[in-house]
Amino acid sequence: MSVLIYIDNKDGLLKKSAFELASYGFEIAKNTNVDTLAVTFGEIADEQVKLLGKYGVKKVIKIINPQLLGFSAQAYSSVISEVALKESAKIVLFGNNFDGRAFSPRVAVKLNAGLAPAVVKLPSSYTPFIVKKRAFSGKAFADIELSSEIKVLTLNQNSFHIVENPVDTTVETFAGTVPAGAYAVKPIEVTINSEKLSVTDAEILVSGGRGLKGPENWGMLEELAGILGAATCCSRPVSDLGWRPHYEHVGQTGKVVAPNLYIALGISGAIQHLAGVNGSKVMVAVNTDVEAPIFEAADYGIVGDVFDVVPKLNQALKKFKESN
Amino acid sequence: MKVLICIGHVPDTTSKIRFTDNASKFDKSDIQFIIGPYEELALTRLLDIKDAGTDLHITAVNVGPVETEATLRKALAMGADEAVRVNAEPLDALFTAKQIAEVYKKGTYDFIVTGKESIDYNGGQVDGMIAEILGIPSIPSASKFEIMGSVAKAEREIDGGKEVVEAAFPFVIAAQKGFAIDPRIPGMRGIMAARKKEILVFEPSEQANITKIIHHYLPEAKSACKKVAADNVEELVRLLHEEAKVI
Ligand SMILES: Cc1cc2nc3c(=O)[nH]c(=O)nc-3n(C[C@H](O)[C@H](O)[C@H](O)COP(=O)(O)OP(=O)(O)OC[C@H]3O[C@@H](n4cnc5c(N)ncnc54)[C@H](O)[C@@H]3O)c2cc1C
Ligand SMILES: Nc1ncnc2c1ncn2[C@@H]1O[C@H](COP(=O)(O)O)[C@@H](O)[C@H]1O
Repeated sequence: MSVLIYIDNKDGLLKKSAFELASYGFEIAKNTNVDTLAVTFGEIADEQVKLLGKYGVKKVIKIINPQLLGFSAQAYSSVISEVALKESAKIVLFGNNFDGRAFSPRVAVKLNAGLAPAVVKLPSSYTPFIVKKRAFSGKAFADIELSSEIKVLTLNQNSFHIVENPVDTTVETFAGTVPAGAYAVKPIEVTINSEKLSVTDAEILVSGGRGLKGPENWGMLEELAGILGAATCCSRPVSDLGWRPHYEHVGQTGKVVAPNLYIALGISGAIQHLAGVNGSKVMVAVNTDVEAPIFEAADYGIVGDVFDVVPKLNQALKKFKESN
Repeated sequence: MKVLICIGHVPDTTSKIRFTDNASKFDKSDIQFIIGPYEELALTRLLDIKDAGTDLHITAVNVGPVETEATLRKALAMGADEAVRVNAEPLDALFTAKQIAEVYKKGTYDFIVTGKESIDYNGGQVDGMIAEILGIPSIPSASKFEIMGSVAKAEREIDGGKEVVEAAFPFVIAAQKGFAIDPRIPGMRGIMAARKKEILVFEPSEQANITKIIHHYLPEAKSACKKVAADNVEELVRLLHEEAKVI
């Protein structure tokens, strides 16, 4: 029996989220006395996948199959399910990202498994199996009970700490079977965004709202993001107005994020905005309006004009970074 | 062409969330229910495609008790041609997906459209489950959609970018932001026409629930926001470093 973790890998490098998943998976495996295994697709160097060993993963199964012609939710889910059955996985774990959300429902159906999406904690009980998940777009949480023999979970990003549990890792390859017709939906073209750090991966986010007045004023936000090693993002009207690219839009209808630090600049803090960002560990707000609801969600606030505060903050942070 | 669009019945995005029965149930009192915002975008796009001349027959489907008919009625007012309600509480994603797959099998639909997730339990499950039950491809988190004769073209968001796909029918496509720009507001004519349209009611097929929501929590109350003077940004830097330890 095992806990099987799906690790996404598009550029041959593992992301921090992979180690979060491994740490979470290992903790469940330890509590249920089974091994932690991982599955990933494509050519990825053994030294890379072996990094998972530091977080308790005993075996990594690399899927190499020339019939896999790029992303296909149907094909990938089918092969992941095959691996799960072969390895008698009782828990199949995904990140709650685009891949995890595409594969987990299909894998759950294949394995007759209950699915707990967007979990934020370790299970509070194993028999019965109960785990806490995000609900109502971050306005609440819910305990979900899964009564199936196999369980599929997707772990919300940034909700579990990375813990080292070094073990020796072996690497195997497996081909799996690609179902007929899976490529009736054919990938034609992939475009990668120009930003270096994606909004969902960043540990610090600098977010701008309509208070910034226009796209020409984002220079100081980019500077702030640069100093902090952060990514930039924005409220919905800002992306609707075309001031910023749509993939930067966070909130209920945009991306759901959970960085360590979220800096909201000129954002009023509408309930739909907060729904996507209230998982942030620490929130800072700068707004001219002392009554703005963002101050109810923020941990630290400055009532002030972004055009005055942000340049000063950039200076102060530069000084801080130089001396630390 | 015939399309089945899955319409969720969810609390309005501005709702204050409360629970009853020892926090085991969502408190529906004083809550206004709406069409899920992603399904609203999805339906808008289908209507735009139809208005641009593609022959498209749109069936809205919901799995829910009788009270959800108001939401289906709104989909009809927006312009859906007909509506089907499967008469059951949608307590489990697999159960819901199974019901929709059955509706699909009863008709002669060419494809299925859903939203990327329902905004109550944020599952993002039903679309992929329907596709897997039916053994057909799926296009998750789609931000653009076009029909070009016998194929469809879609764009989907991926981690750090986007991907264009070409799809032969049938498939399940889940709409997210971008699918349409603004949701269509039903006009007076649509509302009048919707009153005359019939909502077909189907009884559910057997499918055991394997998941169950047993308890709800509200997020822990935040401590009051610490205010820092605008001319003292150094203090904010210090707090973020020494107290919050995030920089
Ligand atoms: C179904 C639905 C879904 C939605 N989904 C989302 C979503 O996903 N994400 C999202 O963000 N919104 C969403 N919204 C929109 C949301 O309701 C708000 O309209 C939006 O978040 C407001 O954006 P904003 O804070 O940038 O702009 P505003 O509300 O206009 O706020 C601008 C703020 O900037 C402040 N300000 C102005 N000038 C300055 C200055 N010089 N210095 C400092 N502060 C200044 C003002 O005091 C104000 O508080 C959704 C709405 C609906 C109905
Ligand atoms: N009870 C339901 N009836 C009809 N469609 C639904 C229902 N629940 C979910 N859906 C559809 O499935 C999508 C994903 O829902 P979920 O898996 O619940 O997040 C939604 O955006 C809807 O399009």
